[in-house]
Parts: sequence; structure tokens; C-alpha cells
Amino acid sequence: MDDIIIQFEHFGFQYHAQSEPTLHDINLTVRRGEKILIAGPSGCGKSTLAHCINGLIPFSYRGESSGSLRIAGKETKELSIFDISRHVGTVLQDPDGQFVGLTVAEDIAFALENDCVQEPALHERVQKAAAMVELEDHLRHAPNELSGGQRQRVALAGVLVDDVDVLLFDEPLANLDPATGKAAIELIEQVQKQTGAAVVIIEHRLEDVLHREVDRIVLMGEGRILADTTPDELLSGPWLRDSGIREPLYLTALRYAGVEIRAEMAPRSIRTLRLSDDEKAKVRGWFAAVPPAEERPPRPVLLDVQDLHFTYSGKDHETLRGISLRVGQGELLAIVGRNGAGKSTFSKVVCGFETQQSGTVRFHGEDMAALSIKEHADRIGYVMQNPNQMISKVMIFDEVALGLRKRGLPEDEVKRRVEETLRICGLWPFRSWPISALSFGQKKRVTIAAILVLEPEMIILDEPTAGQDYRHYTEIMEFLLTLQKRGITVAMITHDMHLMLEYAERAVVFSRGRIIADTDCAAVLTDPAIIGEANLKETSLYALAGLCGIADGQAFVRRFIDYERKELRP
Amino acid sequence: MKKSPVITVVAIGIGAALFFVLGRFVAIPSPVPNTNIALQYGLLAFMAALFGPVAGLLIGLIGHALIDFSYGWGIWWSWVIASAVFGCLMGLVSKKIRLDEGVFEKKDALSFNLFQIVGHVIAWGLIAPVLDIVMYAEPANKVFTQGLVGGASNIVTTAVVGTLLCVAYASAKPRKGSLKEEK
Amino acid sequence: MTNIFNYIDRPSPIHDLTGATKLVCLLLWSFAAMMTYDTRLLVLLVVLSLILFRVSKIRLSDVRFMLGFTAVFMVLNNLLVFLFSPQHGVELYGTRHVLFSLGGSYVITKEQLFYHLNLFLKYLASIPVALLFVCTTNPSEFAASLNRIGVKYTVAYSVALALRYIPDIQREYHEISQAQQARGVEMSKKENLIRRLKSAGAILIPLILSSMDRIEVISNAMELRCFGKNKKRSWYMARPFTKWDWLAMAGSALLLAAALLLNRLNGSRFWNPFA
Repeated sequence: MDDIIIQFEHFGFQYHAQSEPTLHDINLTVRRGEKILIAGPSGCGKSTLAHCINGLIPFSYRGESSGSLRIAGKETKELSIFDISRHVGTVLQDPDGQFVGLTVAEDIAFALENDCVQEPALHERVQKAAAMVELEDHLRHAPNELSGGQRQRVALAGVLVDDVDVLLFDEPLANLDPATGKAAIELIEQVQKQTGAAVVIIEHRLEDVLHREVDRIVLMGEGRILADTTPDELLSGPWLRDSGIREPLYLTALRYAGVEIRAEMAPRSIRTLRLSDDEKAKVRGWFAAVPPAEERPPRPVLLDVQDLHFTYSGKDHETLRGISLRVGQGELLAIVGRNGAGKSTFSKVVCGFETQQSGTVRFHGEDMAALSIKEHADRIGYVMQNPNQMISKVMIFDEVALGLRKRGLPEDEVKRRVEETLRICGLWPFRSWPISALSFGQKKRVTIAAILVLEPEMIILDEPTAGQDYRHYTEIMEFLLTLQKRGITVAMITHDMHLMLEYAERAVVFSRGRIIADTDCAAVLTDPAIIGEANLKETSLYALAGLCGIADGQAFVRRFIDYERKELRP
Repeated sequence: MKKSPVITVVAIGIGAALFFVLGRFVAIPSPVPNTNIALQYGLLAFMAALFGPVAGLLIGLIGHALIDFSYGWGIWWSWVIASAVFGCLMGLVSKKIRLDEGVFEKKDALSFNLFQIVGHVIAWGLIAPVLDIVMYAEPANKVFTQGLVGGASNIVTTAVVGTLLCVAYASAKPRKGSLKEEK
Repeated sequence: MTNIFNYIDRPSPIHDLTGATKLVCLLLWSFAAMMTYDTRLLVLLVVLSLILFRVSKIRLSDVRFMLGFTAVFMVLNNLLVFLFSPQHGVELYGTRHVLFSLGGSYVITKEQLFYHLNLFLKYLASIPVALLFVCTTNPSEFAASLNRIGVKYTVAYSVALALRYIPDIQREYHEISQAQQARGVEMSKKENLIRRLKSAGAILIPLILSSMDRIEVISNAMELRCFGKNKKRSWYMARPFTKWDWLAMAGSALLLAAALLLNRLNGSRFWNPFA
């Protein structure tokens, strides 16, 4: 029997609502038992490709297709979405949207229920699938009693109840902290070994997926396949650089050191990477040549938090258990730690959304306890993760003006301040546009502008770059840097290790309602104790230092950061 | 938005959940002491106009029944049915306007409000009080007064909140082509 | 707020009944209580429902806050009835025994007091059963039960989805509302009505637009797992009927039959001791 399970031949697709095709001339073959990574920047067509594989196209999203797509040997045009789902199981990006049952067991059973599977097979198959993802002790739990990683495992179990030939993962790492993401990639490999299914992962976080071996990487851009080759070939080739996908960090470091990356070096993982003595010497030479950054002069204290305690009403355990933290004026810091460690709660208390049971928050030496939520916002602004959760006006100008108008400012003053803010935020050219016409990154800027217009001295951002590809990520972060240069203090809650390394001056690590580390990012990301406690992941730069015989790995990481800041963003 | 039969099932579920949350936990004081503005009817009118009469009926029915259950007094059927009838009548406007395609102009706003006024009058001026009399043998002048006060307040709420939601939804659909960057 | 509906997981004979049975009983019982104004039957229903409450091992302290709401509702409704129609009892029973006068048309009659007594009894006859249903039925079983008693499974699943997403939407509402308050959006009494409603819009718009995205994601997830494939579906949480289920349903049916029979015998829904 033929072992080809998915076959695209000269396949193209155009949505009815759009004037241009989204996919052009796709040729792609996936065999049973293969593991494929599909990567590409936002808007490259990779989600559309996924919809074609799992049948949502053409059954839910209408459009015109050309060429041929066969799944298990049959043209998809002749199949229903239900036929296709017998072969392809999909794990969606948003684990909350996919979790439709009231409890773990019901959600895993969902597909079986729809297939009218009766007892006792129903319970047996749920039990078996739950065991595969190690959730058999959580069957009666509701979704809000589970962590993000556990919810994703429920989603996986929900497709494993059927014996599918293909497991399709749509951005499986987008909502997970680094350690959970690593565990997810390991679980995917384990499940693949047990079931023999083909695995297709759509993800732009290359380095994290490559934590385990993949057979091929398919790189997409503008609706076409740009490359379809082994990870070693792809990483050593020219494609990644201008496609909006980030290469693994150790390869970036090697290039800085002047080492040419070739497929024979097995660059697919830091564990497989082979360097000649000559190349190692180059890295050591680069390390020695980069001068250490000068010590920054101490900054005056802006925010001074002392021994903060907080418990949500109706909960019996403290969410914040004695937080003390000082933030200097003009700093850019990262707040990290696993989900539920108290990072968001901390920001909410500091912004006046919630009130602490004890402890003080001082801003410029002034105790903030007596201030209203509105007065807090004049000092510290809070930007939510999803811009769609903040936008309530049709036009950009009105959205940014909202806070000023609610504060009763005269309209000419509103106009002046809004226009100034729009200029600072790079939104001036779009000032008369409706918000709906903006990209995600631009919308994010609108929400930041709507906060900045109130002239706070500090802003706190929740996951400013979540779900963004490299280009948008860079765009947002460079924008935050320009704000910092204007003297605004920026604190970011984040899971993104790259963001920490590249942009934050300092990392504050939360764990179980306490701060367990408050130091520079290189120190955090090379300390196994902190990494384990806070669900972080050791940076591959540290391993690279070891490989090249550099004893002080932490200094190497620090040097890398200094180099990037000095040389690339002077 | 995509179209499929499952969309309607989900819209009913999420609509009922929103109806519940707004009706149960969001208290905006109204000018009459000790009463709150029923924001959920603005939501119901919007969802019905978008997803049609069946969705409107079921969102009203399920959402309102869940609110009653959560208070523990069982289901006060007459008012639950009135909510369902309002949702259903409001859903009829979906045939007249093209909110699902992102169109909501002045004349659509007019139709929307015409339907909501008629819908509320029938639901609270007629259905709820008559059922109160038939089912619970309550005095007529009491239930009709309650119905009229409730209906009038719901009409105002729907006119402001419902229309706002329709405008926001329609304009959140991106339309390309007419925009230029200004220097 | 994980348990808005106050389900209490504490084994008892009432918990052992299937959700479908309890739903049928609730409907029959509340229909009986709604139909009749016969004081004798109402008293019987009240006594029976208190016994059932005992059997269910639900404690008064478990339902205190729900009882609070209900008490307020009950008193308020009785008060309104009296204010609007102090002679409603006289109209219903056709006689007039004045006890004393409060001035104006507000004359207290035996008939009016008896009518209010019946109104209270009606609440007392139906509320404990409703509470019982809420406290002893696992929300997970609810959708399966609806489907079992003949509601289309797609509609039953809408109910399940509502129960599933209420906590998520509640949390999202709370977060959006805090962020908007920080920008100065207020819904307090300081603003006039129209401005208050517009402020509500500033919170609702982001909530509803993100819910629309959510609808699309959830429906994709459900289609990909074959929702709507067949005319029927099975339910993980469904349980087979036992003889107790049949007994409970038969008992409730009997009560409804009694209510209907009494209506016929009394010639109306009211039992009239004054005639």
C-alpha cells in the first residue's frame, strides 16, 4: 500500500471574499510516520494550508481551489469534513476555544459522542486517550482548574481517541511558557512513536520545535512554498534570513563570530551541532573581543513596592505573598514566571485594579493607596495582551482620545495631545483610518497610544508580543525602545525568552506569589535552579559557550546581549 | 464570518452565556431606585439581528432560564418566554438588514430600532403580563404596569446599546481599497 | 466563581437519580404548583418538598444566599400585588370579609390575606424543588438530560456551551471593565442615563467583538471533531434509568394529575373556603 497520506499537486486556493489567491502552486507530500514543520511569517498562507488539510476549507470557508489535494488517496473535493477528520486530527492554537466540554473527560469524549459510540467503549476509549497524555487523574477537572499545558494535552487526547493518520498542530507553542512548550514538543514525539501517525506542526518558533528531531521543514512565504528540505539544509541556506522567521539563537551567535553555517555541521540542534577547533577558536576570539558594557549609573527610584500581600476574595490562598520591588525611572524590565505565579495580579494591584490586603506601593515617594483607579492610570498605564480587548471606538483618533474626553479636557487640548501621541506612536499617517483596517501590531500601538495619551510615567504590558512573528515582534519591541528613550519606564510580563534577552535590562522572576530572582537576564537564563522553579528554559547560548570551551557561560550570554545592543542598535 | 450550521449552535451557547453574565453580574443602576438596567437585551437584539430568529429565541430562552436557575427561585416562565419571544421577533430583522456582511447604515439602524420597539412592546406589554395572569393568576393592573415599565426601559437600553453594538460590529469588518496614508 | 449554579457533590438518593429524571420531575412538579391554588394540595406539596430536601442532604447553609434572593423576590412580589390590587382576593373569591382599613382603598380583607397565603405557599411549594434540582444535578449531566427528554441535541449542546463558557466570559468582562475604568469609563450614578449606557457600550463592544472571534474558533473546533455528523449523539455523562427514576417520575405525574383533578372538582383553580 502507498504510504503517502497527504499530497498537494499544483494546488491553489482563493477565498471568496478576497481579490487575490492565498495559496499558489503548492506541491507537498507527507508520508505516514513523517514529521514536518511548516514555518513562515504571518499572512504567508500557512493557516490556510492547515485549513485545507483538515477540511475546514472548503467546508466552512468558501473559496475557489485549483489543482489537486489528496488525503489518504482521495481527492478532498469528494470528501466531507467528517470523512477527512477520520484521517486528520487537529489541535488548534487556542486551547480554550478547543476545550468545549465541561470537564476533561467530556472534552476527550466529544468526537466519540458525535460518532454515537456507546458504553462501555466510550469510557474505555476516553480512559485510554487520557492515559496517553498522562491526564487520567484529571478526568473530572474543569478547564479553569488546569494549566495551559494541561489544556493543550486535553486537546491532543481529544483527537487521539480516534486512530488518525495525521496529527496537525496549529501553533502549539503560542500560549505556553518555555518549559511547558518544551514538554509539549517531547509529548508530540512520544505520541507519534506510539501511534505511528504523521505529524504536521505549524509554528514560527523554529528553535523550540527543533528541540526534537523533525524530518523536514517547509518554509512558506506569500502563499508559496519557498523551501522544503531537511532542517540542516534549511538552517544553513539563505532562506530564513529575509522570511521573517527567527533562526536559533546559537546560530546567530555563530554568525556574529564569523562562522559560516554549513549543513555538515548538523546545525538543527545545539546537541547535534559539530564545530571544528578552528570554528570554536573563532567563537572564543569573538567572545574575548567584545568589550563588556559599562555599568549603568543607578537610576532614581520611580516605583517602590514594599511587602505586598494579596488574596482574591473567595480564595483561601494568598496570590501575592510579600512582594517587594523597586523600579528605577526609565528602566525596561521583564516580569517572568510560570502561569499563576502572581505576575498579572501584581500588575493589577500596582495599577489600582485590585487593592492589596497589606503592604505599600509608592510612586515618586507618594503612597498610592488613596488614589482611584483613574488616578492610578495617570501614573502607571496597563496594556492588555489582546488589543481587541481594549478597543471600543471605530476611529483611531476617538479611541486615543477616549481617556482624555472622559477626564473632561477641552476639545482643543484633547486634539493637541492626541495628535502628539499619534506622532510619537507612528500612527500619524493613519490618523483618519478606522481601527479595523490596521494590522495586529498597529492595533497594539493604538492601545498603547490610548494609554500614553494620559501621560503616565510608567507602562506595564501583558505579553506585548504574544503570537507575533519575528517581523511584528521586532516592530513592537523597537517601538517600546523608542518610548523608553523618551524616558518612559516600561515593564513587560512575558514568556518570551528572546524578548528578555534582547530587550530587558533586568528580569524579575515570580514564583508562587514571591519574587525568587531580580537580576540581569543572562544570570536568570543560565541558572538551573531559577529556570526550573519558574518554568523557563536555559538559553542555547549557554550550551554553545560550553561547546566552545568557554568556562563562564553567563559572561558569554551577557556578551552576546551587549554585542546586539551596541552593534546592531547603536 | 463563516457560515455553517455549527456556527448557529455555538452562537446560541455563547450568546446565552453573555446574556447570563450581563443579566446576572453587571448592575448598572437605573433612575428607578433598586432596579438595574437590563443590558442583556441590547446584546440579545444584536445577536438576533446577526444570527436570526431561531438563535434569538434560544439565546433569550436559555440565557434567561439560566439566570432564574442561578437565583434559585426556579423558572419564572412568563418572563423567560417573553425574553424568547423578543429574541425571535428581533431575529426577523436579520432578513431585512445585512449585518452579517458588515453593512449597517442609517436605514438599517432605523429598521433595527423599529423591530426592537415592536418586539419589546409585544414581549413586555402583551406576552409577559398575559402569561402572568394565565399562569400565576396575578392581578392585571400590576402585571401590565410592570410590563410597561420594564418594556420602556428595555427599549431605551436596546436603542443605545444594541445600536452601538451593531455599528461597532459592522465597522470592525475591514474594507479595503479606499484608504491612503496621510503625511 | 467555578460553581455559579451551586451544584453540591454529596451522595444522596436524590443525587443518584439521573438528571433527566430530575428535570422531568421539576417540570411536572412546578407545573402542578403553578396550576393549582388549592390550599390543601399546596400544603401537601410544601411538606413533600421539605421532606425531599431532607433526603437530599442539602443543608440550609448550602443554599442560604439563594434563599436570600428568593425571599426578597417573594416579599417584593407580594407587596406589589397588594399595592396594585388590594381587592384581588375579593374578586377571586367573590365574598368580602373586612378585617380593618389602612385608609383609602387599602382595606384588609380575609380574602386578600388568604390569597397572599396561597401565593406564599405556591413559592414554598416550587422553590425547594428548584433548589434541589440545581444543587443535586451535575451541570455536565444537564445537556444530556435535555436531549433525553426530547430536546434536539444541537440545542442541548448550546446549553452545555453556555455553561462551559460563562466563567470565561465573566472573567473577560471583569478584565475589560477594569481596563476601561482606568481610562475613565464610569457607570456609576454620577452620569446621566444615556451616558451610562454609552459607557456600558465601551465595555461591551470589546467583550462582544472578542466573543464573535471565540464563536468562530469554537465552531471550527467542533466541526473538526465531527459535531453534527449524525442525527443523534451519545453522551459521556448519560446514565441508565433505574426503578427509582421511574418511581420519581410516576410520583410527580401523580401530583400533577391531582392538581388537574382538583381544578375540575373545585370548578376553578381556587379552593374557596368562603363560599
